[in-house]
Amino acid sequence: MNARSQIVAASGDGIKPGELLMDVRNVSLRFGGVKAITDISFDVRKGEIRAIIGPNGAGKTSMLNVINGFYTPQEGVIVFRGVERRAMKPHQAVTQGIARTFQNVALFKGMSTLDNIMAGRSVHMNRGLGWQLLWHGPALREEIEHREKVEEIIDFLEIQHIRKTPVGKLPYGLQKRVELGRALAMEPSLLLLDEPMAGMNLEEKEDMSRFIVDVNQQRGTTICLIEHDMGVVMDLSDRVVVLDYGKKIADGVPEEVKASQAVIDAYLGVAH
Amino acid sequence: MSATAQAGGIVMDTFPKYLLRNAERFGAQPAMRHKDYGIWQTWTWAQQLGHIRDFALGFQELGLKRGERVGIVGANRPRLYWAMTAVQSLGAIPVPVYADAVAEELAYVLNNSGVRFAIVQDQEQVDKIQSFASEIPHLEYIIFDEPRGLQDYDREGLYDFAAVEQRGVDLRKPDPGLAKAWEDNVRAGSGDDISVMLYTSGTTGRSKGVMIKGSHAVAAAVDTVVFDKLTENDSVLAYLPLAWVGDHYLNYAQGYVSGFCVNCPEGAETVAQDLREIAPTFYFAPPRVFETLLTNVRIRMEDASWLKRWMFNHYVEVARKYGEALLEGRPAPLAGRLAYGIGDFLVYGPLKNVLGLSNIRVAYTAGEAIGQDLFSFFRSLGINLKQLYGQTEAFLYVTAQKDGAVRADTVGPAAPNVDIRISESGEVLFKSPGMFSGYYGMEDKTAEVMTDDGFIKTGDAGFFEKDGQLRIIDRAKDVGKLKSGALFAPKYIENVLKFFPNIKEAVAFGDGEDFASAFINIDLTAVGNWAERNNIAYASYQELAGHPLVYKIIAGHVEETNRRLAREPMMAGAQIKRFLVLHKELDADDGELTRTLKVRRAFVAERYAPLIDALYDGAKEKFIDTEVTYEDGRKGRIRATVKIEDARVHPVEPLREAAE
Repeated sequence: MNARSQIVAASGDGIKPGELLMDVRNVSLRFGGVKAITDISFDVRKGEIRAIIGPNGAGKTSMLNVINGFYTPQEGVIVFRGVERRAMKPHQAVTQGIARTFQNVALFKGMSTLDNIMAGRSVHMNRGLGWQLLWHGPALREEIEHREKVEEIIDFLEIQHIRKTPVGKLPYGLQKRVELGRALAMEPSLLLLDEPMAGMNLEEKEDMSRFIVDVNQQRGTTICLIEHDMGVVMDLSDRVVVLDYGKKIADGVPEEVKASQAVIDAYLGVAH
Repeated sequence: MSATAQAGGIVMDTFPKYLLRNAERFGAQPAMRHKDYGIWQTWTWAQQLGHIRDFALGFQELGLKRGERVGIVGANRPRLYWAMTAVQSLGAIPVPVYADAVAEELAYVLNNSGVRFAIVQDQEQVDKIQSFASEIPHLEYIIFDEPRGLQDYDREGLYDFAAVEQRGVDLRKPDPGLAKAWEDNVRAGSGDDISVMLYTSGTTGRSKGVMIKGSHAVAAAVDTVVFDKLTENDSVLAYLPLAWVGDHYLNYAQGYVSGFCVNCPEGAETVAQDLREIAPTFYFAPPRVFETLLTNVRIRMEDASWLKRWMFNHYVEVARKYGEALLEGRPAPLAGRLAYGIGDFLVYGPLKNVLGLSNIRVAYTAGEAIGQDLFSFFRSLGINLKQLYGQTEAFLYVTAQKDGAVRADTVGPAAPNVDIRISESGEVLFKSPGMFSGYYGMEDKTAEVMTDDGFIKTGDAGFFEKDGQLRIIDRAKDVGKLKSGALFAPKYIENVLKFFPNIKEAVAFGDGEDFASAFINIDLTAVGNWAERNNIAYASYQELAGHPLVYKIIAGHVEETNRRLAREPMMAGAQIKRFLVLHKELDADDGELTRTLKVRRAFVAERYAPLIDALYDGAKEKFIDTEVTYEDGRKGRIRATVKIEDARVHPVEPLREAAE
C-alpha cells in the first residue's frame, strides 16, 4: 500500500549525498547605502539540513532571496550544481530545482489545498495551453500523473482532511503545511524554508519539525532553512550558519555554534 | 446455540470459516475498501482471502503458536482487520488495543495479555511500544503496516506487514499443499477456542480482558444479522475504535456473517467526508456524534440566508409532526404526506446527503442516553435510528429496539435469544448467546460478575417499562441518596444537562450531601460560535469558560434542568442547588474520561476535591491547580480560580402532558 510513498527527489543532477550542491562565495548585497549582507560565504552539501540563523535584521531573509534569485547581489557569485551564476530571475531558480516557502504564508487563498499543491506541479507540466484547454488525451494523462504525485504529498503531510478546503479558511499551522506541500510538489533539489515555524504553537512546531526531517530523510531533499527558534534549529540541522548585521559570525555543526562566544554574545545575549 | 449456521456440513462457528464461505459465495463482491491517496481501493472477498492466507502463512513461519495472544494496535485499516482473521485462522487470539491509549495504558494491556507479537499501524505505535519495551518482557516481535519513517530503525524484531505476507507467498508458490493445509486447518477450527479478547474501557478501575469464544461470537452476530436483515449488499463505515466491542461486533463479526463491505476511512479527520462518499446502509454512532452533527447543522443554518433558514425551520417542523409517523408506517393526513414529500425534496434529502446518511437502512446509537429532541430530529428525517444496550461482556447486544417500536428514553426489549432479569436491588442481569467466557487471568473478577445460575451482572440499575422495553437509570453503584433521603441518580441529572448544546459534559455530586451540585464543561464549538456572533473575545478555553455571560447562559440551562427534574416525582428531590463551570475540558489523556469518553466519576471527584468542598461550603470562588498530560506524555499544570454559582430550584410539579 505504501510502495508509492517511497519516492526520492527526481532531480538527476549526478551529485552524490555529501557533495557540494551550492556554494555561496563572497556575496554582498546593498540597498542604497544600507548593507544587508556583507561578504558572506558558505556552502550547502547535498542531503543535509543547513540552517541560517541570526537575530532580527541579520540578513537571513535577504540571503534566501539572493539564493532564489529575487535579489541580485552587487558582489560575489553563487555556484549551484556546478554552474556559476550572477543574476537570475526567481522562475529560473525554480526550473533549476530551487523551491521555497515564505515567512508570511503566500498561498492562493481562494483555492483548495489540492489546487495549491497542484500549482506547484506546473513547473513539470509539459503540455501547452492548447492541450490543457482541450484537457483530453495527453493533457488528461499528464494531469492524472501529476495528481498522483500531489496525492503522495498530501498523504505525506497528512492533510487528507483538508484536500478540498479553501486554503484561506485553514488555521495558520495548516497553511504552513500546505505551503510546504506546494514547494515539495516542485520536487526541488534544494528547498528553502523561511521561518517554517514562525507563529506556531508547540504542537504545530513539533509536527513541522517531523515533516522537515521526513522530507530530508525519505525524499532526500536538501534543505536550507531560516529559523528563529534556537532549540528547533539545533535539533534539526546538520550545520548552522550564524549571521549578525549582515556578517557571518559562525559556521559549523550545532555543537560548535552553540559554544561559539561570538554567537552567544550576538544572539543568545551577553552574560555580564 | 440454535442460531449457529451450517454450510457444507461444517459447523460455522469461527470467523475464518466464514472467510472461506464468503470467498466462495461472494468471491467477486467487495469485502473491504480503504481510501488511499484520495481513491477508494477495493478488495473482493476472494482477494481478502488471499491476503489473509498469505499473511497467516508468513506469520506462522515467524513462530506464532496456537492459543497465543497477538496485540493489534492502530486505526481502522484493512491490514489490521486481516491480521485479526489471520491470527484467528492459526488458532491464536487477537487482542485489539486502543490506538490512542497513552503509553502506560498500552503497556498494561500488552503486558496483562502476555503478547509475544504486536501488529501495529505505524511509526507512532512502534515508538510508543519501544518506549516501554522493558515493561513488556514477553513482547518479541512488532509487525507494522506503514513503513514510513521506520527505514532507519533497528530491524531486530521489527517486521513489515508486506514482507511477512510476501514470505507467505514465497512459501506457498513452490508448495501447493500449503494453502490447502491452511484451509483444512481453518475448517477443522473449533468454536470453543477464544475468538477475541477485548479490553473493557475501565470505567471502574483497571481494564479487564474479556474473552469471547468463537461459537458465542458467531451466534450473537448471526442473531442480529437476521434481526436487522443485513446482507452482502450492505455496507458500513468502520470508524469506531478497533479495540471497542462495538467495532469488533458491528463491523467485523456482522461483516463476516452477512458478507457486507467494510469501508475504512482515510483518516480520523476525514470520517465525515468519507461517510458522505460511501453513504453506508448500516450505521452506528454514539449520541455524542449525532449531537455534534445536529450542532453543526444548526450553526450552519444560523449563518445561512433568510430564505434557506426559513425553509429549514419550516420543514423541520413539518418533519417533527409527520416524519416519525411516516417512518413507522403509521397513518398520517394526506396534507402532511404532501408537505413531507416536498420537505424531503427540498430539505431532508439534501441534508441527509450532506451528512452521508442517504442510504441508511438501520442506524443505532448507544453508550449514553440520547435526548428526545435529538433522537426525534434524526428519525423525523426518515433515518431509522434505534437504540441498543449492551456491554463488552455480552459481546455487545443485550437489548435492541425493533423497527417501529422505538423510544428515546428506553433501550428496547431483550435482543434475540437474550434473557434479562432485574435483581432485587434493581440491577440488570442477562444471559446471551454472545456472553463472555471470563476475564483473562482474573477468575475472581469473573466470579464477581456472574450469578450462580449463569447470569451476568451489568452493574447498571434499570427497570422494564409496561411495553416491555428496558429503561436504564444509572450505574447501580452510582445511584445514591441525599441526606433528605431523596433518590440521587447522577447520570440522569447529567444527561438532562448534556441535552443542552452548550454543555458538553457534566458531573453531578450529592450522595450523602444536603443537596445536589454539578461540574459543567462547556461545548467549545457551540459556545465559541455564540461568542463569535456576539463579539465576545476570548483567548483560551479557560477564559471562555469563566466568562460572566457564559455563566449566565449555563445558569439558565441549570434552571431549566431543575424545572425538568421537578416534573419527575422520583428525581425532583435532587435538583442542582450550586454549580460551577470547569476551567478545563475533561480529557481521557488525564484519566478523567475513559477511552470511550465516559466520565470516571471517582477519579474526577478525587482530583477536584477542593472544588467539591467549595460547592458545599458556600464559597463564591476557589483556586485550583491541576496537572495535565499532553498527547506526547509530557506533563504540565493548569491553574485557575473557578467561580461557583447558585441556581434556582423549583417546587415539585405534577407531571404534565407537555407538548414537547
